[in-house]
Amino acid sequence: MSERLPPVIVGAGPAGIRAAERLVRAGLRPIVLDEGQRAGGQIYRRPLIEDGRSYRSRYGSEADKAQRLHRAFEALLPDIDYRPETLVWNISAPERGNQLDVLSSGAHRQIGFSQLILCTGATDRVLPFPGWTTPGVYTLGASQTALKAQGCTIGDRVVFMGSGPLLYLVAWQYMKAGARVEAVLDTAPVTSKRHLLSLAVHAPRIVALGLFYGLQLQLAGVKIRYGVRPEAVLGGSQVEGLRYRRRKLRGEAVETIACDALAYGFALRPETQLADLAGCRFRFDARDRVWLPERDAFGRTSRSDVYVAGDGSGIAGADAAEVSGELAAAALLEDTGRASADAAGLVTAREAILRQRDILGRAFPFPDDWFETVPDETTLCRCEEITVAEGRRAIASGSITEINRLKALSRVGMGRCQGRMCSAAATELLSGACGTSTGEVGRLRAQAPVKPIPLGFGGRVEAEVRS
Amino acid sequence: MSRRISVDVAIIGGGLVGSSAALAMRKAGLSVALVDKGYCGAQASGVNYGGVRRQGRSPEQLPLSQRAHRIWPQLKAMIGIDAEYVRSGHLKLARTEKDFAKLEAYAETVRDYGLGLEIVGGSALAERFPWLSAKAVGASLCPDDGHANPRLVAPAFARAAERAGVTVLEQTAVREVTTTGNGFAILAGDGIEIRCRQLVNSAGAWSDRFAAHFGEVVPLTRIYPSMVVTEPLPLRLPVSMGEQGGSFYGRQVARGNYVMGGGRGLPLGDPDYSRPSVTAASSVMQRAIALFPHLADAQVIRFWSGTEAEMPDGNPVIGPSETTSGLFHAFGFCGAGFQTAPAVGEVLSELVTDGCTTTPIQAFSIGRFRKVAVETAASL
Repeated sequence: MSERLPPVIVGAGPAGIRAAERLVRAGLRPIVLDEGQRAGGQIYRRPLIEDGRSYRSRYGSEADKAQRLHRAFEALLPDIDYRPETLVWNISAPERGNQLDVLSSGAHRQIGFSQLILCTGATDRVLPFPGWTTPGVYTLGASQTALKAQGCTIGDRVVFMGSGPLLYLVAWQYMKAGARVEAVLDTAPVTSKRHLLSLAVHAPRIVALGLFYGLQLQLAGVKIRYGVRPEAVLGGSQVEGLRYRRRKLRGEAVETIACDALAYGFALRPETQLADLAGCRFRFDARDRVWLPERDAFGRTSRSDVYVAGDGSGIAGADAAEVSGELAAAALLEDTGRASADAAGLVTAREAILRQRDILGRAFPFPDDWFETVPDETTLCRCEEITVAEGRRAIASGSITEINRLKALSRVGMGRCQGRMCSAAATELLSGACGTSTGEVGRLRAQAPVKPIPLGFGGRVEAEVRS
Repeated sequence: MSRRISVDVAIIGGGLVGSSAALAMRKAGLSVALVDKGYCGAQASGVNYGGVRRQGRSPEQLPLSQRAHRIWPQLKAMIGIDAEYVRSGHLKLARTEKDFAKLEAYAETVRDYGLGLEIVGGSALAERFPWLSAKAVGASLCPDDGHANPRLVAPAFARAAERAGVTVLEQTAVREVTTTGNGFAILAGDGIEIRCRQLVNSAGAWSDRFAAHFGEVVPLTRIYPSMVVTEPLPLRLPVSMGEQGGSFYGRQVARGNYVMGGGRGLPLGDPDYSRPSVTAASSVMQRAIALFPHLADAQVIRFWSGTEAEMPDGNPVIGPSETTSGLFHAFGFCGAGFQTAPAVGEVLSELVTDGCTTTPIQAFSIGRFRKVAVETAASL
């Protein structure tokens, strides 16, 4: 039976598309499952309805890459089994066969796979601060998506806050789109940007673009501040402003700024639940403070028939995702005894990008003092409406040292998002309280369904039969 | 790390049985060590449905169950939290005349135990439970049964026991148990040695290994619940529900989530771990919509499973060992131990202090499996 099953790729972003392309070149016909309505992933997300904007206006400096990728995918369509708007919400345990549970058009299907390439991407990493759930507060990624896919902005007078390359890029894109950018509030100290000098040697284009965005913002009179810590979102039912502290040469200053929307984020976090359900072994990544599926240079996991690629296997950006998608496909072909073009060059290319990411990580550091100052009344888990105080109390009164125990006793991470939004924060809070490193408190065990599914799907189970 | 502990009683397994026993024994003046290989209340005590139900139990369990029934309202005073315990009522539906007859027969059988069962049939059903949209022939209501949050109860018992002076050792697996001249020596965790006069085996699905170590082979099997939880929804389901002859059960928690179960999960390669079964979850979801049509558009946000222990006759093992003086067993609650466990803790406390208990537990003796074990051994 199983030799007749096709390989399955989950995700049709840069990694998934390049993986599919390489499999097709080797004569395979993979199934490509994508939660999105159109291929391209989050980074090269496409509008649902063509709005007449050019690639240049939609994707800016990345227009050529976006166009190449979209065209590559369209060329693949006759040779793949492409299923958009399909949520993979469960993978059967390794002992129970290679089955995916998917939800598509409201119906439940089970799909078998010979091999699986997980290209599940990433979401914004968010940290709570007072008022972060106020309407008008968005993640950086969501504010960019609004612009790319829907051609709208999150507000007219927008403040951008956080850490990561996306901070300056999205602020610049908003300015170009005609929104008023009130400020860019970088949580990293200005001194961290010295690392960009060493990055300039390896990746002059990235640094030049970054400088270009920063310079244009400054020329337009946008306020740029470093060493920022947010104190509170102003306004009750809608964002009216932000109060924040910032480090100055001597001491600190508290400032407020008026705005009608706030976009913030702290780089990205990988979507790893499916790899977890597949039974892949995980390791802790100290740079990104997150547990990742173990992988070799090609994307082989601890499970011989499961491969990982793209940001879901470790945050490295879209260029690395394209390369790692190809690499995972190359490994799959080699492991199943099929001929594949030499991939050594790809390994080298990926390693070069990873080195650049390390430097970027130092230029846009994680605010590791965050939880020393987050006030008790701040919402920690928005699904279950748990405050930081309740989290702290649960940790202290239950002598908790492990993240799943914190979930069981406090409900943090038990809600609709299953910890995808709050687990980074909960992990930092717990490890801070225990005085240990982030890795030592463990990781939330993934449970099906990885995203909510309608109760009513149960009535429409369709087992997929392939001949 | 080397550590020596000397106590009156050591308890292996910090589930609801072990942790409530620890608290009761400490209150009786004993020194106690409570040892768990993981976290207290993280196995069957924490992953069960949360039904605090007497209805449906076999008559031999009812004295114990009634004793527990008197403990549950006192949780706040005993352990500091009420653990979301509510006497919502437990409603058992019958879909056929035959099932309804079974409900009537059960009510007759347990009439003298004081459950206060209310049999409702035919058109009275809709009058009595206007929120009930499912078709049913009849139902049996136990008005004072209810439900509680299983994630909270056992950990709170363990913490209360710790505050009362019990030595609670979590993340501490028992590696070796030996009898000494006047009790037991236990090697656990990283170089911990516990000496005790008396020993309680309340290790849940892992209890059979300890029992076998003392020459008491029991036919314990593992079962895995398969649970489905919806997003929070407006409060509408006032009771905990079950079905005669069906495998659906469900309740709505204070936060609004519907917590529903039925069927069984599946063990992983390491049988200490399990996953919910998609087949079981699907049938629970279908049944939920038949019972509660307003849930058709609700979202399911999580599944869960866990590891529980089952005995072939549906009754637990509670009482003294028949091979080893000073050893007591309490395990194998067949997925229904949550309600009775706090009473089992008190019973164990009486057994170690007085050697006997006021609650009848003869039906739960480990000796009832001796014959089975001998026959099994012979047939091998």
